[in-house]
Amino acid sequence: MSQAEFYQRDRERHPPALTPDYKTSVARSPRNALISLQQSVSEITGPVFGHNDIDPIDNDLIHNYAKAGESAIGERIIVHGRVLDENGRPVAGTLVEAWQANAGGRYRHKKDTYLAPIDPNFGGCGRTITDENGYYFFRTVKPGAYPWRNWVNNWRPAHIHMSIFGTSFSQRLITQCYFEGDPLIAKCPIVKTIPTQDGIDSLVAALDLNATIPLDSIAYKFDIVLRGRRSTLFENRLEGN
Amino acid sequence: MAQKLDYLKETPSQTAGPYVHIGLAPGAAGFDIYRSELGWDIAGPNAAGERIRVEGVVIDGTGNPVKDVLIEAWQANASGVYAHPESEGEVEDGFRGWGRVITDFETGDWGFDTVKPGQVKARRKLGTGPLHEPANAGGDWLGRADEAHEDMAPHINLWIVARGINIGLNTRVYFDDEAEANAKDPVLNLIEWQNRRPTLIAKRGERDGKVVYRFDIRLQGENETVFFDI
Repeated sequence: MSQAEFYQRDRERHPPALTPDYKTSVARSPRNALISLQQSVSEITGPVFGHNDIDPIDNDLIHNYAKAGESAIGERIIVHGRVLDENGRPVAGTLVEAWQANAGGRYRHKKDTYLAPIDPNFGGCGRTITDENGYYFFRTVKPGAYPWRNWVNNWRPAHIHMSIFGTSFSQRLITQCYFEGDPLIAKCPIVKTIPTQDGIDSLVAALDLNATIPLDSIAYKFDIVLRGRRSTLFENRLEGN
Repeated sequence: MAQKLDYLKETPSQTAGPYVHIGLAPGAAGFDIYRSELGWDIAGPNAAGERIRVEGVVIDGTGNPVKDVLIEAWQANASGVYAHPESEGEVEDGFRGWGRVITDFETGDWGFDTVKPGQVKARRKLGTGPLHEPANAGGDWLGRADEAHEDMAPHINLWIVARGINIGLNTRVYFDDEAEANAKDPVLNLIEWQNRRPTLIAKRGERDGKVVYRFDIRLQGENETVFFDI
């Protein structure tokens, strides 16, 4: 039974808990240091999902909430990429979930009251399971930017929220995918919780003309990297390779 | 100069935002889209063990409930086995041991039904083979605990995300009727400040003939919950 741990989380790459320019973090950030754990079976395992859990239409946000014969309004895009680990290995068979505002910047949520209209044919969420190469894709519409009160007048860049599991609870990750060329990225207090420019750049999906569907959808490539796993010296054998 | 290491770097975390329900619990956001939403049934119908409910509220640094939080739970079954190929043993048909928990949007109250997990095998210390006597239970003053020796007390792993939480917070629920196991638990013992350990221990009670554990989570301030870097 392998007990190989995952590489420690690089806390200099992730946002710290307290980021005063993103005001909501001020009262929601622990003040005590995290207690560092050696991983046990509680951390190296995690939930397993299969194709029975989801339906093939789930990754098509243009159609998964639309009436028959209709589709969501907006710039049609493909968001695709691979889920890899820090060793560069594909993470196969893992659940990827996505959610976003519609093309006008409005979320379908009972607590969103932004004046942009709801699109009756757009729910705003999708999910898929990576293939044996770690590959996934979503078909959707490009989300709109929207205003929010942080400072008096902030605007979120267009973004898609992404949730990824990996194979262990310690790899669990939620992040946001932004889009190449968006001038709002550099102004966003939530983006700027990330301490390095390299880290920010890794959240910006690249325009990928090779993956467009001609006369149908433009494409963006968004690879996701989860924590890698050690090769562990265990009873004089290397495990995890 | 030296050779360049070719590891990739982990994708940075971003807050789940206030509308996390759209993606992970769309019914709560107010619409029905999937054939079935994931995470509503943690234990399934066939799980052995005591049926329990765990309830609480997440409280922010101002003392107010966090009403837009989403919690994921990950636990072993009553025999201490996780529904994962790397956990030794079998779980009952339909037991996934994972669930999603959301709050009442008006009050911040949350709760989930499950079975009480069993003790979980500790990891063996790297390179030492079978279980061994503890070298320094509780750790030395540089945090170098020997965590390998004792089984872990029954616990549920939690991962907490919300607007304003930049990276998911990991913590554990232990149970106050497991005092003996808790006293030996290698993770609880790792917490140098003994007065912080009770923040991880749920209080057992009963309501309408059902076992209900209370577990409030304080993100900040007095009695701040212990969170882990796992």
